[in-house]
Amino acid sequence: MTTLSQRPTAHLSDPRQEEQQSQAPAHAHHPDVRLFGLATFLVADGMTFAGFFAAYLTYRAVNPLPVNGEYELELLLPAVNTLVLLASSLTFHRGSKALMASRMAACRGWLLLTAALGVAFMAGQMWEYFHLPFGLTDNLFASTFYALTGFHGLHVTLGAMMIFIVWWQAGREGYFTAENHFGFAAAELYWHFVDGVWVVLFALLYLL
Amino acid sequence: MTTSALPASPHHREPNPMEPHHMDVQHHTPWYEYFGFSLDHKVIGIQYLVTGFFFYLVGGALAGMIRVELVTPLSDFMTRDTYNQVLTLHGTIMIFLWIVPVVNGAFGNYLVPFYVGARDMAFPRLNAVAFWMLPPAGFLLLSSYFIGGAAQAGWTAYPPLSITTPAVGQIIWIVSVLLLGGSSIFGAVNFIATVLKLRRPGLGLFQLPMFCWAMLGTSVLVVLATPVLAGALILLSMDIVAGTGFFNPALGGNAVVYQHLFWFYSHPAVYIMVLPAFGLVSEILPIHARKPLFGYRSMIYSILGIVFLGLIVWAHHMFTSGTPPWMRLFFTIATAIIAVPTGIKFFNWLATLWQGKLALNSALLFCCGFIFNFVFGGITGVALAQVPFDVHVHDTYFVVAHFHYIVFGGTVFVIFAAIYHWFPKASGRLLNEHLGRFHCLLSFLGFNICFFPQHWLGLNGMPRRVAEYDPQFQLINQISSVGALLLAISTLPFLINVVWSLWKGAPAGDNPWRACTAEWLTSSPPPVENWLHEAPLVTEPYDYGSAEDAMPVTTVQGRELWSAGR
Repeated sequence: MTTLSQRPTAHLSDPRQEEQQSQAPAHAHHPDVRLFGLATFLVADGMTFAGFFAAYLTYRAVNPLPVNGEYELELLLPAVNTLVLLASSLTFHRGSKALMASRMAACRGWLLLTAALGVAFMAGQMWEYFHLPFGLTDNLFASTFYALTGFHGLHVTLGAMMIFIVWWQAGREGYFTAENHFGFAAAELYWHFVDGVWVVLFALLYLL
Repeated sequence: MTTSALPASPHHREPNPMEPHHMDVQHHTPWYEYFGFSLDHKVIGIQYLVTGFFFYLVGGALAGMIRVELVTPLSDFMTRDTYNQVLTLHGTIMIFLWIVPVVNGAFGNYLVPFYVGARDMAFPRLNAVAFWMLPPAGFLLLSSYFIGGAAQAGWTAYPPLSITTPAVGQIIWIVSVLLLGGSSIFGAVNFIATVLKLRRPGLGLFQLPMFCWAMLGTSVLVVLATPVLAGALILLSMDIVAGTGFFNPALGGNAVVYQHLFWFYSHPAVYIMVLPAFGLVSEILPIHARKPLFGYRSMIYSILGIVFLGLIVWAHHMFTSGTPPWMRLFFTIATAIIAVPTGIKFFNWLATLWQGKLALNSALLFCCGFIFNFVFGGITGVALAQVPFDVHVHDTYFVVAHFHYIVFGGTVFVIFAAIYHWFPKASGRLLNEHLGRFHCLLSFLGFNICFFPQHWLGLNGMPRRVAEYDPQFQLINQISSVGALLLAISTLPFLINVVWSLWKGAPAGDNPWRACTAEWLTSSPPPVENWLHEAPLVTEPYDYGSAEDAMPVTTVQGRELWSAGR
């Protein structure tokens, strides 16, 4: 087709040659980039936390709290909670290893343990909320504390629900395989992200 | 290879540009697709464009109300409260529902898959979801006017003003902007994955058309900056609803922290609005000047430079917010440095035009209008970055004029250039050039008459966002309003042109501009999966001006086709 519309173009390669080049499996034309997309989205999600952290640090630097406005936070429970969350990342990783080895029963066990650790974290968080000496609107530190931990708690809740779903899906024959397990990998990536955010949050709120 | 080596098939017959229904041979997207949850990137692009244009008309009507109010020094056309609502809605609609969705969502979605040699975006379903967040957010925002009044705190929503004005409108505003921000982030995730991961095998990053780089840079900004605005708005809504005091000095909070978080997004937002426009200009100029894009690599590096610098200049909006001297110094210098990559792009465009065989059609004329307006807005921008000057004109009409030179004189002119350029591809029909040039002339005159005098107003101390002003400013305000009227009228030839050309326009043929990029190497409008054959591998998207290019420029032919079509 020599047409007005398509000028002779040396830079257009031969389609037949192209076909030879692309003898790769058919899915090469539709690469699965969902995990990459999720990672990009988690960068965005992380920036929301970064904004909160920046606001919190600025408040600490320039907004002195009123007299008796400083609270001594109980450190033991949050520290245990941090360990619980870190352990849950480890158990999810073990679950992933089990999936790669196609040991589905072990995989489901690890998933259930991960979800249980997530729920335990939330329970610890709840217990702390009910025993804190301050409420949401008491002062700037109190508000920031609840906003940060609450926003993170939402993420943990969502992640725990994801893990339960993945656990349920993993029970179906052949739903996840060692090669094909996007939902599993996505939940794992998300869970590690939520854990990582908590470590920073713990350091800023409790240790700093 | 030559194109004659392609296998003969019914779809590769010689297309006859005079044949009106030539495009109907291909898969034709049925009309109702455009009203549904379509996954086709081209349909979604047009959905973004049409929705955005609807809100452009709404925002333009609001701007008209502002200019009518300012004809006289007293607030006699509407109450001050209404005026506040109108200016807030105008700014919010124009930024979040017209410019950002159209330069990113409309042109990005339509063009990026073609340019990377893909049949769709990386996540078509996410793409459709991102679009369908737009109409509800828009109508939510408009509805707030009828539910106890729209937000009154301007598009910046600075506390404590936004905490003390009526809460319902402000909360609806926040929800609406959060939705639009989410839509924007989903779009950006899609663009990053498409450009980085969906390129046709054999197509390198440094062989991509400039628009892909612009979209990549823009999307990085969206991903890094928009969530910070979302965080700020969540805290602001807690201040309004739950009684916290994050930004309320009366409760021990800090209003300047909101400004930092807001501008951390909203300065990059200027680049989110203008970088895609840079990309579009870089596509349109070479085709109509019949020359390769000048300085391809330097264009890419300047985009990357703008992305990086764009993230570290936000506090130049806050020189009157008690910023400490070191902060003023840093942000002044960083802002001034942005003029370097921007200047590189500007001179590259001029060099692309230099000694080109210019086809002075509507698309190129609008691009030239862009270059003129944008340089002017850029120069006042560098001036505003200087603390002594900024302290003098902060929150005056000088800032209003500068901003409109960037986003209207800059980006909106490019949007129109892009519509004139890609309308033949998307519809299969040419737009009328006479009406197009008339539209361009009217827009250029109307725009400059409207906004140039506002520099004078600002320098002489007229504050922005006021319904009443000192009588000494009346004449200049009236001149500005006449310009606004011209601008409003300029939309008419465009609308007539689009409607008429869709109905009776001359058939465009596959490639009326004889362009090299991949969207022109398929039918007009393109088939559902973009190409009926293998996606073409375009490694030199700006290969103009070679020996076989020495044909008369097709615009002339387009005009002949137009008269012949009638």
